[in-house]
Amino acid sequence: MAKRIDVSGLSAYYGTTKAIEDISMSIEPRSVTAFIGPSGCGKSTFLRTLNRMHEVIPGARVEGKVLLDDENLYASNVDPVAVRRSIGMVFQRPNPFPTMSIYDNVVAGLKLAGVKKKAVLDEVVERSLKGANLWKEVHNRLNKPGAGLSGGQQQRLCIARAIAVEPQVLLMDEPCSALDPISTLAIEDLIGELKSQFTIVIVTHNMQQAARVSDRTAFFNLAGVGQPGKLIELDDTQRIFSNPSVQATEDYISGRFG
Amino acid sequence: MSVVTTVPEDARPQTGPKLTANRLPRWTPPAVAAGAIALGCGIGAAGGLESHLQWGLISALLFLLGGYLISARVEGRRQAKDRLATSVVWVAFILAVVPLVSLTVYTIQQGIGVVDGNFLSHSMKGVIQTGKGGGIYHALLGTLQQVGLATVMAAPIGLLTAVYLVEYGRGGLAKAVTFFVDVMTGIPSIVAGLFVFSLWNLALGFNYSGFSGSLALAILMIPVVVRSTEEMLKLVPNELREASYALGVPKWKTILRIVLPTAIGGITTGVMLAVARITGETAPVLMLVFGADYINSNPFDGPQQSLPMYIWQQYSVVNNDNGYARAWGAALVLIAFVMGLNLIARGIARWRSPKGGH
Repeated sequence: MAKRIDVSGLSAYYGTTKAIEDISMSIEPRSVTAFIGPSGCGKSTFLRTLNRMHEVIPGARVEGKVLLDDENLYASNVDPVAVRRSIGMVFQRPNPFPTMSIYDNVVAGLKLAGVKKKAVLDEVVERSLKGANLWKEVHNRLNKPGAGLSGGQQQRLCIARAIAVEPQVLLMDEPCSALDPISTLAIEDLIGELKSQFTIVIVTHNMQQAARVSDRTAFFNLAGVGQPGKLIELDDTQRIFSNPSVQATEDYISGRFG
Repeated sequence: MSVVTTVPEDARPQTGPKLTANRLPRWTPPAVAAGAIALGCGIGAAGGLESHLQWGLISALLFLLGGYLISARVEGRRQAKDRLATSVVWVAFILAVVPLVSLTVYTIQQGIGVVDGNFLSHSMKGVIQTGKGGGIYHALLGTLQQVGLATVMAAPIGLLTAVYLVEYGRGGLAKAVTFFVDVMTGIPSIVAGLFVFSLWNLALGFNYSGFSGSLALAILMIPVVVRSTEEMLKLVPNELREASYALGVPKWKTILRIVLPTAIGGITTGVMLAVARITGETAPVLMLVFGADYINSNPFDGPQQSLPMYIWQQYSVVNNDNGYARAWGAALVLIAFVMGLNLIARGIARWRSPKGGH
C-alpha cells in the first residue's frame, strides 16, 4: 500500500514570490521522513506540494515533478482530488468538522465519496479509531460532537479521519505543536505504529521529536529574508543528528542559529 | 550582644501610590436616577411642560450631571469620568428601548381587542368599509403567498451569489457583483416597484398579481441575503475546507457538505431577517398587487391584498374608528408574524450551529 515519492527540480510560488527553489529528494516507503528547519524556510509549503494542496491558495503554483511510484502528480491529466485521496494530510491545528459527530468525522472522507453501507462504515470507524489509538476513549460516545474532545483527542480523531480513506502516504504538518507533552507522546507512538503501513512525512519544529520518530531527516534553510527556501541535506536521522555533512545543519541542530 | 530594632508600622517609608480610595456605595446610581427622575418630573410639572418626553430628557440630563458631580466630589475625577461614561451608555440604551417597547405595548393594547377568530378567518368582502366587522384573512393569505414566493426566488439566488463571491469569485467579475449588490441594498422599495411595474406590467403586459409584487420583494431581498450569507461563509475557517480537500473531497462537495452545514445557522438567520424586512413593505405591493377586499388565493392572477397595504387602507381610506381598530389588529398580527419568524430563526440557529462540549 505504501508508495515511494521522488521529487525532482521542484519550485513553488505564491503569486510572484518564490517560496521554495529546486528541491529534489526521495522519500522511502514504510518509513518516517522528518522535515526540520527555521520558520519560513518552506517546509510546510513543500509538504503541501506533495498532495497538491499548495494550489488551493489563490495565486499559488508549482514547477517541477513529484513522482508517486512512477506517476507524475503534476502531469496535466492528473486529478488533484484523486491525488489527495491517496496522499492524506494531518494539519497543525486539530480541525474536526464541527457539525459532525465523532463517527461522522471518521467516515467523512468515505461518506462524501458516496459509501453508504452501514456495515462498511462501522468497520472502518472501529479500525481507524483503533489505528489512531482513540477507540478505547471514545467507543461509547461515537455520536457525540467531535469538537467536544480534548485537543490531543481531536488531533488523533483527525489522524483517524485521514487513515480511514486508506491513503498510501500520510503527510503531517507539525501535528503536535498545539498539544501537551502527553498527547504528543501518544501521537509519536502512533506514528511509530503507522509507519508499518504508510509512508509518513512529518514537519516539526521540535528536533527531539524528529530524532525520536523519524528514520530519515531533511534539513531546509533559507539564505535570508525574502529568499526562497532550499533543501540543505537529507540523510539518515542518526547521521543528521550526530555527524551531518553540512556545517549549517550542525549549527541549526546545536542551536547556534534559527 | 545584639539589638533587634523593629521599625514601627507607620514609620516605614511609603512606596507607590495609595491603593485605597473613597468609594460610593453600590446603591448610588439607582438613588441618583430616582432623585433625577423625581426632580425632572417636578421641574416639568412646575414649568408647565406638556410633553413627557421633555420630562424624561430633563431627568436624563440631571442623572448624568448629578452622578458626575457626586462622584467627582467623593471619588475623584477619574472615577467620575468612568461613572459618566457608564451613565451615558445606560441613558442611550433606555432612549433606544423606550420607543421599541412603547410601540409594541401600544400596538398590543390597541390591537388585542380586535384580533379574534372571526377577524383572522374573514375577508372584507360584503362588509361595509366604514362599519364594524370584517377581517384580515385575505390580507394574511396574500402576505404569506407574496413573501413566500419572493423568498423562494430570492433565497437560492442570494445564497448561490454569496457562495460564488466567497468560494469562487476572483478578479473583475467578483468585484462587479459585490458593487452591484451594494448598490441594490440601497434601492428604495418604490423604485424596485416601479422597475417591476414598467418591465412586467407595462412592457410584458401582465396584470396586477401577487406574483408581480413578489418580484419586487425578491429584488429587495436578494442583496440582504447575499450580504448576510457572505459574512457567514467567510466565518467558516479555511482549515475545514483544507481538511476536506485533504480527504480527497471535490470542491463542490466540500462547499455543499462541509461549508454550508457549518454556516447554516447564520444563513438561516440572515434569510429570516430578510423575510422580516420585506414582509412590512407597502410601496411596491401597493403598485403591483393593487389590493382587494375579497379572498384571492391565486397569487398569479388578479389583485390580492397584503397586511401592510390593508393597514394603510383601513387607516387612510376608511379613516374612522372602525377602520383604525382593524388597522391596529392587522398591525398586531404583522408584528407577531415578524417576531415569530425571528424566534424561529434564532431557534434554527441554535439548533443547527456547530456544537462543542458534551
